[in-house]
Amino acid sequence: MITLEAVHKSFDGKAILRGLTLQAARGESLVIIGGSGTGKSVTLKCILGLIAPDAGRILVDGQDVRSARDRDAFLARFGMLFQGAALFDSLPVWQNVAFRLLRGTLKRPKEEAREIALRKLRRVGLSADIAELFPSQLSGGMQKRVGLARAIAADPEIIFFDEPTTGLDPIMAGVINDLIREIVREMGATAVTITHDMSSVRAIADRVAMLHDGQIRWCGPVSEIDSAADPYLRQFVSGSATGPIETLR
Amino acid sequence: MSRRLAMRALARLGRATGRAVAALGRVTLFSARALSHIVRPPFYPREIASALLNIGYLSLPVVGLTAFFTGAALALQIYAGGARFSAQAVVPQIVAIGMVRELGPVLVGLMVAARVTASLAAEIATMKVTEQIDALVTLSTHPMKYLSAPRVLAGLLTVPVLVAVGDIIGIFGGWLVATRALGFNPATYLANTIAFLQTADIVSSLVKGAAFGLIATVMGCYFGMHSGRGAQGVGAATKGSVVAAAVLILAANFLLTQAFFAA
Repeated sequence: MITLEAVHKSFDGKAILRGLTLQAARGESLVIIGGSGTGKSVTLKCILGLIAPDAGRILVDGQDVRSARDRDAFLARFGMLFQGAALFDSLPVWQNVAFRLLRGTLKRPKEEAREIALRKLRRVGLSADIAELFPSQLSGGMQKRVGLARAIAADPEIIFFDEPTTGLDPIMAGVINDLIREIVREMGATAVTITHDMSSVRAIADRVAMLHDGQIRWCGPVSEIDSAADPYLRQFVSGSATGPIETLR
Repeated sequence: MSRRLAMRALARLGRATGRAVAALGRVTLFSARALSHIVRPPFYPREIASALLNIGYLSLPVVGLTAFFTGAALALQIYAGGARFSAQAVVPQIVAIGMVRELGPVLVGLMVAARVTASLAAEIATMKVTEQIDALVTLSTHPMKYLSAPRVLAGLLTVPVLVAVGDIIGIFGGWLVATRALGFNPATYLANTIAFLQTADIVSSLVKGAAFGLIATVMGCYFGMHSGRGAQGVGAATKGSVVAAAVLILAANFLLTQAFFAA
């Protein structure tokens, strides 16, 4: 279980998270929604320890992430799909996927790592033909799939998806959403996704949390997002320009 | 009024000095961390080999051409200048001492700063902007160890070799011009060069090479790791890294020359 308790984070005096409190249960698919700049990515980065919160606690299975003695082992529990896939330009596709399996505590023989990478690529619908290509030779959708294959390469317990469908056409976005849902289910992993794409929310989420002004504005099952009374959530779900959420015109 | 202006100027100077000292402290800490990661496992042999190739071997053409033309021009200058007081015969000795003690290390350092520092800063800054650095961390890989340590190690090891090669090619450039255009005897020119050079000259050249290699690679990695967002951030990091590396190389050259040769 992931627990965030009253987490605060500011950048250059500007408060991004203002006492964020949230939980993701084991095996649950939690989707965090919210407008741009509301702190969704910062939340994920705080959980991973990429950014240190100014105040509050973040616990993973009851252990404070800042007190994790073996950082390597702690991070080995996580997989992450970045918004732009964040593939390493200098490495071929299969080495990107097998990155964690080629070094560190999860290191395997090269052939075994390559075999796992090819298996994960097949799982996300990519053939072995692209294994030796470099990321720059792939389309955006293929890069996302490779990023997804890398995120699940070491069978993590917790997977983060940062804007998984941004920049993709609706059909490819649907494919990625379905893949995420299938993979999370079959792995039994805890998934936390941040997005402002409502089709992703409906496809991926068990539970939805809306982040606004650095705090959780609404949280509940995905089945309730259309009937919820919260005006902020209603405006976000409907995509209306008028409502309590300020918009710049 | 004038007192207030003076106080304001003094305050500005104080703030600028404070910022410069803080930046120097951050760079020093960054260098210490990069050096400590060189000697602590895990090691990444593939990354080290790639950095050795990129920073060392692939810099040879630009270093060779720069040194050749500098040595050749130096021979012409020494000959023309020496003619004013009938001292044309010192061309081999001055070219040798000029190349080995000063021009070889400084020009190689500056060329490495232009070629390698800029490339490192742009590469690492782009990795930062595209979240590849964050991805490294989530894949349990320390960016300092994976990105900075191999490149700094390669700078420390290969730039002294580049300086040695640059010294030899520069002397060869001077030899070629002196023997083809200025009427020097080839064998005598070489004999005078070898006889004149001392061990301290060569050692100082190599030490300067190592120091400049360290500066060039640390600046590239530092500015890359601390770049701002977007294309503007990458551009600023690249420009800042080259300017800082060039200035620090010239300052370090003065300090090392003073340490080696001041009476």
